[in-house]
Amino acid sequence: MAAPATVSFSLPPLASGWSADKDFKPVGKITSATQRTIEPVGPHFLAHARRARHKRTFSEDDRIQAQERAKNVEEDDYGEISEPEDPSMLMRDAKDWKTQDHYAVLGLSKYRYKATEDQIKKAHRKKVLKHHPDKKAAAGKAEDDSFFKCIQKATEILLDPVKRRQYDSVDEEADVDPPTKKQLQKGNFYKLWGGVFKAEARFSKTHPVPSFGDDKSTRDDVENFYNFWYNFDSWRTFEYLDEDVPDDGESRDQKRHTERKNANARKKRKAEDNARLRKMLDDCSTGDERIKRFRKEANAAKNKKRLDREAAEKAAKEAAEKKKEEESKAKANADAKAKQDREATKKAKEAAKTAVKKNKRVLRGSVKDAHYFSPADPSPADIDSVLGDVDLVISKCEPENIADLASRLQGLKVADEIKGVWRSEVQRLVGDGKLKDGDAMSLSA
Amino acid sequence: MAKTVEPGDRFAIGITFGNSNSSIAHTIDDKAEVIANEDGDRQIPTILSYVDGDEYSGNQAKAFLVRNPTNTVAYFRDYLGQDFKSIDPTHCHASAHPHNTNGTVSFKLKDQPDADEPSTLSVSEVSTRYLRKLVNSASDYLGEKVTSAVITVPTNFSEKQREALIKAANDADLEVLQLVADPIASVLAYDARQESKVEDKMVVVADFGGTRSDVSVVASRGGMHTILATAHDYEFAGTHLDQVLMDHFAKEFIKKYKTDPRENAKSLAKLKAEAEATKRALSLGSNASFSVESLADGCDFASSINRLRYEMIGRKVFEGFSRLVDGVIKKAGLDVLDIDEVILSGGTSHTPKIASNFRNIFPETTTILAPSTTPTAINPSELQARGAALQASLVQEYDAEDIEQSTHPAVTTVQHISNAIGVISTSEDGEDTFVPIIAPETAVPTRRTIHINAAKDGGDVLVRIAEGGTHIKVTQPEPKPKEEKETDSDDSDDSDFDSDEDDEEETREKVWKIGSTLAEAAVRGVKKGGKVEITINVMADLGVTIQMREVGGKGGVRGTLAKP
Ligand SMILES: Nc1ncnc2c1ncn2[C@@H]1O[C@H](COP(=O)(O)OP(=O)(O)O)[C@@H](O)[C@H]1O
Repeated sequence: MAAPATVSFSLPPLASGWSADKDFKPVGKITSATQRTIEPVGPHFLAHARRARHKRTFSEDDRIQAQERAKNVEEDDYGEISEPEDPSMLMRDAKDWKTQDHYAVLGLSKYRYKATEDQIKKAHRKKVLKHHPDKKAAAGKAEDDSFFKCIQKATEILLDPVKRRQYDSVDEEADVDPPTKKQLQKGNFYKLWGGVFKAEARFSKTHPVPSFGDDKSTRDDVENFYNFWYNFDSWRTFEYLDEDVPDDGESRDQKRHTERKNANARKKRKAEDNARLRKMLDDCSTGDERIKRFRKEANAAKNKKRLDREAAEKAAKEAAEKKKEEESKAKANADAKAKQDREATKKAKEAAKTAVKKNKRVLRGSVKDAHYFSPADPSPADIDSVLGDVDLVISKCEPENIADLASRLQGLKVADEIKGVWRSEVQRLVGDGKLKDGDAMSLSA
Repeated sequence: MAKTVEPGDRFAIGITFGNSNSSIAHTIDDKAEVIANEDGDRQIPTILSYVDGDEYSGNQAKAFLVRNPTNTVAYFRDYLGQDFKSIDPTHCHASAHPHNTNGTVSFKLKDQPDADEPSTLSVSEVSTRYLRKLVNSASDYLGEKVTSAVITVPTNFSEKQREALIKAANDADLEVLQLVADPIASVLAYDARQESKVEDKMVVVADFGGTRSDVSVVASRGGMHTILATAHDYEFAGTHLDQVLMDHFAKEFIKKYKTDPRENAKSLAKLKAEAEATKRALSLGSNASFSVESLADGCDFASSINRLRYEMIGRKVFEGFSRLVDGVIKKAGLDVLDIDEVILSGGTSHTPKIASNFRNIFPETTTILAPSTTPTAINPSELQARGAALQASLVQEYDAEDIEQSTHPAVTTVQHISNAIGVISTSEDGEDTFVPIIAPETAVPTRRTIHINAAKDGGDVLVRIAEGGTHIKVTQPEPKPKEEKETDSDDSDDSDFDSDEDDEEETREKVWKIGSTLAEAAVRGVKKGGKVEITINVMADLGVTIQMREVGGKGGVRGTLAKP
C-alpha cells in the first residue's frame, strides 16, 4: 500500500490501572470471513500470485477444490421456474391478450404478484429459448409464432411496473375467496381468513400490513388489524378492464364517449371493490370469536365495575342510614335526658320553691312567735315594720340562706333567741353588702 | 492443448469480442489505445456478411443487414459453446438464423461464389473468421503480426463458453493469454490512469450493451478486485431503445402513409438502422433527425425528435436500467451509500439520461463515471478493450504455463474478511467512534497502516482494535411546524395533500458500528501533539498481527491474535 492514511481522530488516554504483559492484551479473533475469487488481473494481483504460488504447482484437483470453496456469485439459471404448459394455453391467440393469464404464460402461476422482476426476466428468457418461432422453424416445425406473441405480451405487461399493477389489480387467480360457512364449520377460521387477507394485502399502499393472527392474538393486535383494514388504502385500479378506445381513425366524439364510459366503469368498479372489502370485513369480524371474547371480557370488566360501584353505593347508603339512625337515637336519648333533667330541675325548683315557701312561713312564723319583738301586744305598725323587714331580708337571701335561717329558727320560741338569729342574719347580709346598716332595723336593733 | 507462443515471439493486444461490437486495443508506453480498423471504426460491429463469395465485416457487413440479411450473420457471440436448445435466437431474426446441427449452433451462409447451396458454418467457425478479421486489422495497423491477446468475457460465461472462445481464437491463429471479466477490464482501464490512486473502494460496473445489460458490484481493495454480485439482463438493453424509436417513427409513418414499416423485413431493417443512428445522435445533441429513403411502399420519410421526447418515450427502459443496478447492489448486501464509484461501460452508456438517473439514485459522494457526468470519463465503448490491452501488456512476458499457474483458482480463491477492522477513537465527551483501518471484503493476506492522533496531552494512550460494521441510519425530516392556518374552512384536504408532497425527504447516512473487540494495547509516553502509527496484518489463515508505535518514536508494541 501507499503512504499510511492519516485520520483526524484521537486515541483515548490509558485508564489508570490498565496493564498487560508487554502492553498488549489479545481479546478476540476475526469472527467472519468468506472464500471468494479475486480477479486475476492487474499489477497488484501479479504480486499476490507471486507470493501465493511460492514455487508451488497447482493441479487440476486443486482447481476443483478451490472452485468449490469459493462463493459463487453467478447463480445457476432458471432452476426454480418450471411448470407444465397447458396445451390449450399454447393455442392461444395473442390478440386475446386481455383475457390471457400472463403469469401462466410465463410459467409463474404459483408466484403471480409475488414474482420478482428477476424471476419474470428469467422466466421470459426460458420461454423464448423454447418457443421462439425461429427455433421451431429450425426444428422443421411450422413457423407458428402466436404463442410466442403471447409470451412477448405477457412480458411487456409484467415488466412494466404500471401495467403490471393494472393487471395484478384484476388478477383473480391471486384472489383467495372468503371461506364459506361450511368451510368454517370445520374450524380453521384463522387460517382461512388469514389467507384471504394475505392475498388482499397485495393491494396495500402501506406496508407492513398487519396479519390476521390467531386466537392467541392480543386485543390490541386484533383491533389494529381491523382498524387497518377498515381504513384500507388500496392501489387497486380497473383500467385493465377498459373498453378499447377507438383509434385515431374514429371520430373524436366517439373516442371521448368511450373514455368517459371507461372512467365511469373504473369508478364504479372501485366503489364495488371497496364495498366488497367492507362486507368481507363485516362477515369476518362477525364470526371472529376473538372479538366476541374481547367483548365479553370487556363486558365482564364493565359489569364488574358496575357491581363494584353498586356494592360500594349500597354500603355507603347503609352506612349513612346507620349513621343517621344512630344519630337520631342519640338525639332521642339526649332529648329524653334533657327532658328528664329539665323535669328534675323543675321538680327541684318546685321543691326549692315549696321549701322556700315553707321556710318563709317559718321565718314569718318566728317573728309572730316572738310577738314581733314587742313586749306588749304589738301594734299593727310594729307588725308591719317587722314583717316588712322580714320580707326585705328574705328578698336579699338565696334559698339556701333562707333554708339555713329557717333551720336555725326552727323550734325557737324565745323572742330574744329568735331576734338573735335574725340579727346575725341581717349582720351577715350587711357584711355581704346586700343590706345597709340601718336596714331591717326592727330585726337587728 | 491450447495454442501457446513463446514470450519472446509474442505480439499481444487486447480484444473485446461483443455480441454487437468488438474492439481491439494495444498499449504504447503503458497507455492503452483502441485501434481503428481499415474503415476507421473503433467499435467494429460483430457482423460478417457474404456477397458473391466476398467476406465483409464490421460496419460494411452491418450495412448488408438491409439488402442481404440471410447471408449476414450477427449477434452470435453468446452462442459460442452453447447447445442449440439454450440459445435465444431473438436478435438473429433480422439476419441469418441459427440452425440446429446435432444440438450445436450453426448458420447457413452462401460464402462461396457460384455455389447454389449455402454452407453450414458452426458458430465456432463464424467466430474464428470474425476474430481473424479483427486480428488482421490490428496487425495491419500496428505493422506487426499479432500473435496473442487477452479477451474479455461476461462474468457468466461458462467454462464451456470459455473453452469454445479459446478454440475459436486458436483456430484464427491467435493465442489467448487470458480471458478477463468484462467489468474487471473496465476497472483496470480506470485504474491505469495516471491520476488514479490505489484505494479501497466499492465499485459498480454497469455495462449497457446492445442485446444485454450486465452489472457487477466489485470490491476494489489495494488494487485487487473481487466481484461480490452480478446481474444479467436481456430485457433492457440498447436494442430496446432502438425499438422505442422504431415504434415512435413507425407510428408517425403510419399516420402519414397508412402502412406499417415494421411489417416488412426490409423496411424494418431500414427503420432499425436509422433508429440506431438517431439514438446515437441524441447522445450528443438535443435534437436528431430521422430520415430514410424509400422506407416502405416507396415512400421516403424524414422526421426528427428532441432529446426530451426521446427520454420520455424511453422511460421504461431507462427505469429498467436503474432498477437493475439497484437490485444488484441489494444482492451484494449493500446500499447505494456504500458505493464509491459507478463505472458506465458499453455503447448504450453514452446516453446522458442513464448517467443523470444514476446521479439521482446515488449519493453525492459517489462518482458516476460517464461522459455526461464526468468530463474526464473514458469512452464507455473503449473501456473493456483498453483493460484487456493493459492486462495483455502485463502478462505477455510470462510463459503460458506461468500465466496458467498464476491465475489458478488455488491462487485466486482466498478468504475475504466480512467485517472491517479498525481502532476505537474516543472524543472528549467520551463517545467512542470506530475508525476503519481495513475495509470489509478485503482479501487476505493484507496489511494496512494508519496514523492517528494520540490523546490531546499525549502520555499513555489506549489502542483498542475491534471489528466494525456499517448500518444505514435513516432520519425522518423534522415535522415542519404546521403553518398556523387561519381557521380555514374544514375541507382543506387538498392543500394538506400538496404540502405532503413537498415534505423533505428522509436523510440516510452510513454509520459505523463497533463490533467485537480484537485486542487492547498501550502506547506509552507519547509526546504532546504526537501521533500513533497502527499497522494491522491479516494473514492468509486469518491470524492477525498488530503493531503500534509513536510516529517518529522507537520501539513500540506488538502482538498477535490466533487464527479463528
Ligand atoms: N453514442 C451512443 N449513444 C447511445 N447508444 C449507443 C452509442 N453508441 C453505441 N450505442 C449502442 O450501444 C449498443 C452496443 O453497445 P456495445 O457495448 O458495443 O455492445 P455489446 O456489448 O452488445 O457488444 C448498441 O445498442 C448501440 O446502438
